[in-house]
Amino acid sequence: MDRRKFIQSVAAFGATGALPAALPAFAQTRSETLLVTMEFGPNSLDIHTVGANRPAYGVSWNCYDRLLTFGKKTLANGTVSYDHSKLEPELAESWSVAKDGMSVTFKLRRDAKFHDGTPVTAKDVKWSFDRAVAVGGFPTFQMKAGSLEKPEQFVIVDDATFRINLLRKDKMTMADIAVPVPSIFNSELVKKNVTADDPWGLNWTKSNVAGGGAYKVESWKPGQEIVFVRNDAWKSGALPPLKKVILREVPSAGNRRALLERGDVDISYDLPPKDFQEFVKTDKINESSVPIENAIWYVGMNVTKAPFNNVKVRQAIAYAIPYDKLMSAAFYGRATKLWGGKAAKPDSPAWPQPHPYNTDLAKAKALMAEAGQAGGFETVLSYDLGQATVSEPIAILLQEALAQIGIKITINKIPGANWRSALLKKDMPIIINRFGGWLNYPDYFFFWNYHGQNAVFNTMSYQNPAMDKLIDAARLDSDPKKYEADVKGFIEIANSEIPRIPLTQPWMDVAMQRNIKGYQYWFHLQPDFRQITKG
Amino acid sequence: MWKLVIRRLLDAVPSVIGVVIVTFLLTRALPGDPAAYFAGPAASQQAVEEIRAKLGLNRSLPEQFVLYVRDLARGDLGVSLSTGQPVANEIVARLPASLELTLLGVVLAALIAIPLGVLAASRPNSWIDHACRALTTAGVSLPTFFTGLLLVYVFYYLLGWAPSPLGRLDPFTTPPPGITHFYLIDSLLARDLRTFWAALTQLALPAITLGLFALAPLARMTRASMLGTLSSDFVRTARASGLSRFTVTYTYAFRNALLPVVTTLGMVFSFLLGSNILVEKVFAWPGIGSFAIEALVASDYAPVQGFVLTMALLYLALNLLIDIFYNLIDPRIGFAT
Amino acid sequence: MSTLAHARYVMSENPLTLAAFVLFFLLVACALFGPSLVPYDPLATDVAAALQPPSRAHWMGTDSLGRDILSRIVVATRLDIGIAVSAVALSFAIGSAVGCMAGYYGGGADRIMTRIVDTIMAFPLFVLAMGIVAALGNTVANIVLATAIINLPFYARVARAEVNVRREAGYVEAARLSGNSNVRIIMLHLFPNIMPPMMVQISLNMGWAILNAAGLSFIGLGVRPPAPEWGIMVAEGASYIISGEWWVALFPGAALMLAVFCFNLLGDGLRDLIDPRMRT
Repeated sequence: MDRRKFIQSVAAFGATGALPAALPAFAQTRSETLLVTMEFGPNSLDIHTVGANRPAYGVSWNCYDRLLTFGKKTLANGTVSYDHSKLEPELAESWSVAKDGMSVTFKLRRDAKFHDGTPVTAKDVKWSFDRAVAVGGFPTFQMKAGSLEKPEQFVIVDDATFRINLLRKDKMTMADIAVPVPSIFNSELVKKNVTADDPWGLNWTKSNVAGGGAYKVESWKPGQEIVFVRNDAWKSGALPPLKKVILREVPSAGNRRALLERGDVDISYDLPPKDFQEFVKTDKINESSVPIENAIWYVGMNVTKAPFNNVKVRQAIAYAIPYDKLMSAAFYGRATKLWGGKAAKPDSPAWPQPHPYNTDLAKAKALMAEAGQAGGFETVLSYDLGQATVSEPIAILLQEALAQIGIKITINKIPGANWRSALLKKDMPIIINRFGGWLNYPDYFFFWNYHGQNAVFNTMSYQNPAMDKLIDAARLDSDPKKYEADVKGFIEIANSEIPRIPLTQPWMDVAMQRNIKGYQYWFHLQPDFRQITKG
Repeated sequence: MWKLVIRRLLDAVPSVIGVVIVTFLLTRALPGDPAAYFAGPAASQQAVEEIRAKLGLNRSLPEQFVLYVRDLARGDLGVSLSTGQPVANEIVARLPASLELTLLGVVLAALIAIPLGVLAASRPNSWIDHACRALTTAGVSLPTFFTGLLLVYVFYYLLGWAPSPLGRLDPFTTPPPGITHFYLIDSLLARDLRTFWAALTQLALPAITLGLFALAPLARMTRASMLGTLSSDFVRTARASGLSRFTVTYTYAFRNALLPVVTTLGMVFSFLLGSNILVEKVFAWPGIGSFAIEALVASDYAPVQGFVLTMALLYLALNLLIDIFYNLIDPRIGFAT
Repeated sequence: MSTLAHARYVMSENPLTLAAFVLFFLLVACALFGPSLVPYDPLATDVAAALQPPSRAHWMGTDSLGRDILSRIVVATRLDIGIAVSAVALSFAIGSAVGCMAGYYGGGADRIMTRIVDTIMAFPLFVLAMGIVAALGNTVANIVLATAIINLPFYARVARAEVNVRREAGYVEAARLSGNSNVRIIMLHLFPNIMPPMMVQISLNMGWAILNAAGLSFIGLGVRPPAPEWGIMVAEGASYIISGEWWVALFPGAALMLAVFCFNLLGDGLRDLIDPRMRT
């Protein structure tokens, strides 16, 4: 095209308004596609790979099937949430627990196929379960939480029947089978791409989906966007209404909000609580708000470091925290308060539940004096830079409040990689952190956060044999009354010893356009495209 | 001239070596532990050690350095831990995005700053001169992320003139077939004017944000250079010979004043290329700046090393090109030995 | 012409320069006396009064924790100017010292210094600053250090070039002949003569140091909370622009811009004042 023709065509293009003519087709594609924005996207397409981040769990969830899934329930505020007590078939049509309770047999769906057309058989299921317990890191740890630990437990009975032998009667086993970790992989496809030092093909599945889920990955530009298209041959459930989903990374929170308000995106994740507080007041944007199960924001104190080894100091701090101010300035009301409970001894085994402390500076000062710390001390308060939207106001308010009982705080904001390693080292005296567990059981939470096994989540390095006994018993209790007693027991110890001061139970707030229906809250906090409809 | 080019290249080698060494040390000095980061939130100390061994981070520093240099010699920049892709691929994929943005920003800035500089030089110390100076200095006095966010607020959120800040192209437009990977050029080559327009409108706001920053040095240099040329002998002769003001200013003075401006253009370009990180973050631009930031926060060594090395090489190459260009255009200028 | 008369002449020619000088003195006054004159404690939170628009009680409104923005901006002047001055002073002192020596002695020292400077210049400077602060920790001292390092090359290069040119000048020869040591020659004879081009660089760099600190704050590597600093106030305020609380970002942004603007123009003015030959 020579210069003259180019100029002419540009002029013609402008004159005829070719752009508006193109719009109808453009608009039509837009209405069939869901456009989602997040602060950051998946760093892998396979949850088993090392360092897979949360959005990567979402990819696994939508592109891979699992044997079981959860049913749904409607909450008081009208939001639909998954129901952790209702297990439903996905890849497994039915299952039955053996009479002695030490094994579960699954009957697989016979019409299920992977994305490349290969039929799903029990050997794929065994291979996937073996992989999950072998790769180490988070996946193996999560499998262990449901007593799924050894490849010997996973047995191929025949092509369409799969059995899991249980090591012990763990009530969390069944739920653990429905979490994203034991996704079912197309073993033949992955095996073509293994190498000597990568026997599970993790390098390949990091950027290639080998699944049979409701969606396939059409394209993935790491750090930018990922595009999903529906698997029209999906048989493990009702065919989803959405044909295409585009997930774009938009690092700036302000821009995510602007995009949503102007109607240019359908769903926006990772918006700050303040924005939700404002969306609630308008009718333009819909939000879904669900208190995240088994999750708390807390102030954790390292009980191996003086003076936090003194329970009175910890209690003094618990009385000094300006809870109401925190709720308003950090959470904008978008959380459930976990303070001001009736007493240390709980009424119910629900978790999380309020601890008995509230803001009472007089009591705090008295306790500090009792602990011999009337003169106060200096310490460093640390939090993760990635959580700064909520943690920073908490830190500043805490600094101000604790100064009034003599504790001088220096605030330390720690970026990403350093935060993980700092947590591992367990040398930070006092931190602001958040923890949530997928399996909604208090003993699950306490096992990883308070038990003397001193997991990385036990950021307080708390060791109490009395509490350990209760936690261990609760994990294996089959008598509901004993279970309740044990749970109340360890919650009571946590309340009086208060090595960790729960602040709030966070809410999962997701904002979306008014024409988006069917959004459902899941424990993994990622969108499940199978239920969403548009328009 | 080739002798000079080779000499320049050889001169640049020690700088490159210096950059490689300093970056290596700097990334290793970062307090984050990538092994802990990638082992995931649930890892025990033992699991972290296993990851560390897998990543080769348990070897001594000199050993790691030797391995790094050996890989570098083969063109292997390592693998990014956070995206799992080879760093070289990521950089090649993302570099055109940054280059296109920076080029457009510099071009926009030049289109405004150079005429402003000429105008200011033709009426020194008048209110026009002062206004130009105030305007351009204002552009360089604001942090780029702030300007970017303000522009998004005004032109996208309030007025709706600009398209959604979703990156190089909105999600419903497919990129043109990749020849240069510059969307503007590729879409023209493919005669796809809709994509061209889509890419151009997406580029507008970030390019303006960057360009604002480049206005001041360009305007200042143009003005200074023009002032110098306008007071030179040959211009005096031209004026005395009765040539029109337009001819004197543009045909005689301007052409000759351009040389230092070109050098400044080059410097501004390389400066912007290295500092458009913040703009890329605000506009979700998939360039190598945003890539480097995410890697830095994650203590992901390989991308940071790759990014710095690429920038250093680009900078040196650019300087060399400018020197060659200078030498070709102005025979008076010999290379300083 | 006496210095004062010359100064008056330059200012009258150039109202912008006058404005810049006035602004500069205002900034210094703010930095020195501001903290004792502010109406509110810049660190005192008042959550009930969070995000209030400008009113009679709070002339510039309050931020997300109810702190008075005007007070924070004034107190931040001290920190920001402090960062700018110390960073630039550090890089000026070290850079020009190194540059002078390289330019004067030449030979091996010159080559080594040029290599080091070229290496620093080849880095994308903001990333280098980010790397240094990330590696050493985000304290004010480290931010100053990082800014100083990335600004070193300018001074080193200019000093080297100027000293190189004047090395064989008559007055230097005379000084040498009258028995002055090399160091004395550099410090007392050469250095004052190379000041003019440096002065411009100094003021430009002060502006740049403040912008640098702001950029680091945006990434999360700026000064630690709750310290008020313009850059961090702008970075935090930026997230409130879309929801309409414009004052949280605008006022610190304006303060920052005015300060940088002032330093930039100051550079031009100083050059006009000191060395009329180099007037732009």
